Parts: sequence; structure tokens; C-alpha cells
Amino acid sequence: MSNPTATRTAVVASRVGLHARPASLFVQAAAATGLPVTIAVGDGDAVDARSILMVMGLGAQHGDQVTLTAEGEGAEAALDQLVTLVETDHDA
Amino acid sequence: MPELLGVGVGTGAAVGTAVVLAPAARPPADEPADPGAGPRVREAFAAVAATLRERAEAAGGTTAEVLQATALMAADPGLLAVVDARLAAGAGPATAVDQAVEQFCDVLAASGPYLAERVTDLRDVRDRVVARVLGLPEPGVPQLVEPSVIVARDLAPADTAALDLSLVVGIVTELGGPTSHTAIIAAQFDIPCLVRVAGALGVAAGTPLALDARAGTLVPDPSAELREQVAARRAARLALAAGAGGPGRTADGTTVQLLANVGTLEDAERAAAQDVEGVGLFRTEVLFLDRTSAPTLSEQTDAYARVFAAFGARKVVVRTLDAGADKPLAFVEVAPEENPALGVRGLRTARRHPELLQTQLQALAAAAKQTGTHPWVMAPMVSTPAEAADFARAARAVGLETVGAMVEVPAAALRARQLVAAGLDFVSLGTNDLTQYAMAADRLEGDLADLLDPWQPAVLQLVEATGQVHVPVGVCGEAARDPLLALVLVGLGVRSLSMAPAAVPAVRFALARTHLEACRAMANAALGADSPQQAREFAARFADPDVLAL
Repeated sequence: MSNPTATRTAVVASRVGLHARPASLFVQAAAATGLPVTIAVGDGDAVDARSILMVMGLGAQHGDQVTLTAEGEGAEAALDQLVTLVETDHDA
Repeated sequence: MPELLGVGVGTGAAVGTAVVLAPAARPPADEPADPGAGPRVREAFAAVAATLRERAEAAGGTTAEVLQATALMAADPGLLAVVDARLAAGAGPATAVDQAVEQFCDVLAASGPYLAERVTDLRDVRDRVVARVLGLPEPGVPQLVEPSVIVARDLAPADTAALDLSLVVGIVTELGGPTSHTAIIAAQFDIPCLVRVAGALGVAAGTPLALDARAGTLVPDPSAELREQVAARRAARLALAAGAGGPGRTADGTTVQLLANVGTLEDAERAAAQDVEGVGLFRTEVLFLDRTSAPTLSEQTDAYARVFAAFGARKVVVRTLDAGADKPLAFVEVAPEENPALGVRGLRTARRHPELLQTQLQALAAAAKQTGTHPWVMAPMVSTPAEAADFARAARAVGLETVGAMVEVPAAALRARQLVAAGLDFVSLGTNDLTQYAMAADRLEGDLADLLDPWQPAVLQLVEATGQVHVPVGVCGEAARDPLLALVLVGLGVRSLSMAPAAVPAVRFALARTHLEACRAMANAALGADSPQQAREFAARFADPDVLAL
């Protein structure tokens, strides 16, 4: 049986986009899930969500829609948490 | 290791442990391929990440967040994957790290202005990892744990900001000159300093060092005897500071004001708590540097009022904006200049941007009114009586009463009488620039340190010319903090000396031990010399032995 794969979309809430502190928090949370997680902006290529350089390199701006994908046991719950993070304005 | 020689800044001495600020290591151009280096390179990245995390925990606040994010970059799986790919493609280990980092720097730089600082942080990670991979010490400022002598190629302002100055007992640089950034910081905190020490970076970290700024020597592994000598000199200096205080005067009672040079508001407030008679040079450009737009009238008024209030009835001499050359302003457009030091700088900035000076004068007047004080105001880089007259008119028009000019250009020194006749109440010699222009030697050109010596007889002759005027003549520059040279300046007619507050006690002591006639004899002797060394020697013949021992 293959691992369950989960996918969610979220809208970037931080005013500076997924940069600096918001990116740092997101990447740390993605790594903490222990699952392979990817993130893509719009229809763009998905990148490793555990790589702060890749995530910042996406250039996701405030209001952009991103797609998160995770694979493995607990993928749904992991994504719930990451979606909440992306949709919080950490600079507020 | 034999004794090394350099150019001393100040006259102090110190013993401490060498802390070497290594320059960033670069991958060798011909680094051989090493496909098996993967684990070693990963280990280097992990070690750097761990160090950064440790520092983040120790730091707290915004610094912690930045360090935390930088640690994440050093452990970044995306970056490590690219390093692996480069290694597999045949790049040497340090080269692979460098190439992978540059690839991400390009991506980040393309993603917008927010990420420019991250590029700097990423390159800092790169420098640390490359150093580890090559088996070299990590670059940057290490955490100090004991009294240390900092050894560096040169100190960047960022390095100095990161240093715990309370543990720095000495500074040694291979480059830099006696008026470089490093030297100014050393003067500010009265840290004995040697610049232009060839081979200094060859000193191994952890080596005990004795440095003597007066002799210009750096002795690795000093003998017990030398350590004791240095300790005794330090103790004598500290005793001086704790001893006599009050206004400056010669042995026969001629008053010579002892003033402080200050840059930032914090400097000013610190200086106000010291035993000084006021401020001889308030460098206002600090308010203007590192900004994208000029500070507003009210912003400036508040800043000046804080300084004036801190000094109350004591004298405060404010220098108006001294920009240009080595102090460029982001918001002032300057056409590229072939020789910025000979270009539109100092008061000349007002030729193109009169509004900057106008606003500053208004702010100074408003701050004076608000605090009920009477600041002295002077313009930098005045060359002609016409410039002096224009400045005096503009300052008086807003209600500033005591107006002067810096004498930093030989033309101004030779024609000081005419400058004063144009409407000045005082003049102040800026010996650093005056030396640069008299000797045609760039202040920042360390190779020309011998020419930049304020004991150059030609410079002393220009001071003499300025000293003939019948309004107060001061010196604000490195020259004032050398006790022996301070006596020569007084002999040439100078009646106020402005310096880093830490240097005041030694100068006060030298004055108290010396009659005005002896100062004049020293000045005459120095003027008759052919070299700075000879000028110092000649002057020393008339000096009290206790002054020479300072």
C-alpha cells in the first residue's frame, strides 16, 4: 500500500511574503513534521519546503496562493498546521 | 617570533592575548576534484549551523532571529543537494561550496529587495564553511573571553561593532593608517593601537603580545620584565586619570581648554559625564550617514538639543555637515569625482545643496533656543575669506551668535587673519585633514603614514600661521591627544585642545607640568626640525621627564 499523499492550498498572509521571519518559521515547522513536504506558488514547480533557500527563492508575495503537498503517515494533520502558519501574518 | 614594527596611534601600551581576525578564505583556483568529500563538507556545514544556533540562543531579540535563520541556511537540504551535485561534477570541495552558494545568491537576489541581507548572511555562511573545509580559522569576530589584543588586516566598522571593547586591550592591524577608522575607534576608547604592522597576521591566535604604541613595537611572548614595565605604565596612566582634574592650565596658569570630540548622541552623553570642559568637535555628519533621506528639521533639533542639554553651561562646538570624500551621503547626488578629497566636500556641499546647510543651521538655532544654551558653530573645509563670510552671514541670520571655521586647508591656515576679518569669532585646526592637504597624502593611504604624521614640521608651521590670529584658536584632531605634541601646539598659540575624552588626563597632566615659555621653546625647536622624528626629539629636550614617561 502506498503512503497517503495530502495536498492543500493557502494564501500568504505575511506582508513581506514568505521571506525572512515567516519563511524561517514555516521551514522549521515543515522540517519538524518529519515528512517530505513541498511547496509551490501558483502553477510553478514544487520545491522542498524544508529548504529555507528554496522557499525564499520562490518569491511568494503577500496574497499569493501556494500549494502544499506532504506524503506519509500524518500528512493531513501536518498540512493543517502548515496552512495555519502560512495564513498568519507574523509581522502583525 | 621576533618583534614587529608599526605606526603607533596614541602613546599607550598593553599586554594581552592575540585574537586574530582572519580574512575570509577563498577556494584555491586550482582545487582538485574530490568526489568523496561529501561527508566532510556536510560536517563543516553542520558545525557552522551549530555555532550559529548557539550564538542565536546567547543573543536574544532580533539578532537571535537573524542568527536562527542563518543557521537554517547552513543546514539547508536544498543547498547541500546542490553542493553534492557540484562535487559529483568534479568541483573541489571548497569550490563546490562556493558555487552552490553563489547559485542561491543569484536566486535570492532575483526574488526582491527583502532578500539582499539574506545574501550577505548566506555568503557569511559560505566563508565559514569554506574556511573549515580548507582547515583554516573561521573569519569574523570571535567571542572574547579574556583581555585581548585584536590582530586584523584592517577592522571594518561592522567588526568593531561586534567587538566587546571592554575586553579589547590593544588593536594591531596590517593595513590602515593613523587616521583610519580603526585608529579613530582606538582613540575614542583609549585603546593602545598599532597600524601598518607588516606580518601581523602571522601571529598565532593565543600568543601573548606586548604592544607599545609610543615605541611602535609589537613583542610576541614578552618577558616577565617587559610585562611588568607595561603594567606599570598602564597603572601610572590610570592613576593620572584618577588624580588631578578640572580645567586645563599650564604650570604658570595659562588656561588651555580640554574638550571632547564626539560623534553620536551617545558619545556626547558619555563625554558629558567626564571631566572635560565641553565639546571641541561635535561631528554632526553621524546623523546623516547611513540614511536614505536627510534628517528633518525637527529630528535634527531634537538631537542637537539633547547634546546641548547634556553639557549645559559648558562650551559645545558644533561642526556643520562634513560630507563627501570618505563620507558619502546616500541622499546627496554627487557626480563621480576624480579626486573626492579635493572635490565637493565639507562646506562645499552647500554650493550644490544649500538647503541642507540652511536646515541644519535652523535646527541648531532652534535647539540653542530650546535649551537656553550658546553653541559655537563652525564650518568644515573653509578655504577662502569669501566662504567664511558666507557661512558667518548664514549662521548669524538664523540667530547663531558664535561662528567659526575649521582650518583644514593650507590656504586657510596661511590666510587665517583674513578669514577672521571676514567675520569669524574663532578658528579650529583639523590636524588630520590639514596634514593630508599639506603633505598631499591621502589620509586613508596607510603606505604614506610617515607623511601623515602631525609632527611634520610643515604642518606645525601651518599651525603657527593660524596661531597668530586674535580670536580663540583650537585644535580638534589626533594631534591634540599626544601630550608632548599638545604642548607644542600650545606653544604655537593654540588655547583649546579637543580629543577623545579618555586622552584628556594625560594632556592635563602634561600641561600642569609645563610653563608656557617651555611650550614656546618646544614649538620653536620642533619648527627647526627636518623630520617628524627630529621634531619630536627636539621638543622632548624641553619637556619634564614625567611628561616624557606618559
